[in-house]
Amino acid sequence: MPVEVRLPNILRPVTSGEASVKAEGTTVRDIFDDLVRRYPGLGPSLLTPEGEMHRHLNVFVNDDDVRYLGKLEAKVADADTVTLMPAVAGG
Amino acid sequence: MGRYDSVLDTIGNTPLVDISELSPNPRVQVLIKLEGLNPAGSVKDRAAKSMIEEAEKDGSLSPGQRILESSSGNTAAGLAMIAKIKGYPFTAVVPENVSVERTKLLRAFGAEIIVSPAAEGSNGAMRRAQVLAGEHPDWWFSFQYGNPANPKAHYEGTGPEIWRDCPEVTHFVAGLGTSGTIIGVGRFLKERNPSVSVWAVQPPAGETVEGLKSLDEGFVPPVFTDNDGYSLLDRSRVVGPRESIEWARRLAGAGVFAGLSTGAAMAGVARCASEIDEGTIVTVSPDGGWKYLSTDVWTGALDDVVERARHELYF
Repeated sequence: MPVEVRLPNILRPVTSGEASVKAEGTTVRDIFDDLVRRYPGLGPSLLTPEGEMHRHLNVFVNDDDVRYLGKLEAKVADADTVTLMPAVAGG
Repeated sequence: MGRYDSVLDTIGNTPLVDISELSPNPRVQVLIKLEGLNPAGSVKDRAAKSMIEEAEKDGSLSPGQRILESSSGNTAAGLAMIAKIKGYPFTAVVPENVSVERTKLLRAFGAEIIVSPAAEGSNGAMRRAQVLAGEHPDWWFSFQYGNPANPKAHYEGTGPEIWRDCPEVTHFVAGLGTSGTIIGVGRFLKERNPSVSVWAVQPPAGETVEGLKSLDEGFVPPVFTDNDGYSLLDRSRVVGPRESIEWARRLAGAGVFAGLSTGAAMAGVARCASEIDEGTIVTVSPDGGWKYLSTDVWTGALDDVVERARHELYF
């Protein structure tokens, strides 16, 4: 079962403007791999050349930040939504 | 409470109030620290005072020197008030999509306001302030996102006050803006009791980052990274405007008149309370509801208020 992945404006040029795309996998790493297969242009935005999470990209499974749930190994289940959001600050 | 020599002495020592009636779990107690009772109306009075006094101490801020900061409103209000008391001129870079009360409050304290485009959000305001700071080396830029005096205010003030008033705290939940509150309080509480869990709440970046051209324009505050925030936090979740408004309304029903970032924090508290068996959650209400009245948070049709909040900065 694919999960829904929501993309911020700045990544939508890679998906022909789609704000939401499908991807398959049971971890964030799987989802990222599948996304890059479907949209190779997303690669550099999702991971650093070292394969780490991009410092300025926050990834949420439903609304939970995966940095505190195992990062790329965070579990993703059917019907979950994965949301990608640029890191910004308030104040 | 009592008699004070200066408004500055009334910053901090805010009340911690039991609002367990709003807890979704009867075995979880919830207490909220009412930072809106600070003199300029928010938790940011603490950071503003700390940043100015540290700069006075180390000589980077001299009498009569202009103070510069970028802010969605609360930090600027605290700085404007203190600058007025101490005789510093003050310039604030404020995104144009903050509620009208915020800019009016700044004008009340005599601040000079430079408006930055809504689409660039708080980060755009910060970048403009950085440019201004470069152009005016004679000004003092407090830079709340990277100033160690910001988390220090909470490590030395907010944190110890919470520990004094509620040593049974098991979870601390707070919003992430500059991250000053959560870094300072979180670190203090974990030093006292390493089993305290620290949960962050953040607003959706959504509408406020339409102006971003690339991920490299994103921003993680040095206050967060310099203090190893990734290790300090146990959980972090995003809370949207609808949940924030619903919780602001529930809070009002319990007699707590607080702003949207408090609503967001309470949504985080509710999640935490429903995921743990028992415990005591302490959260921070960054400001009162006054600055949000013009946006009909409590009185408008929910869908209309949510739509407006999507375009307004409230963190």
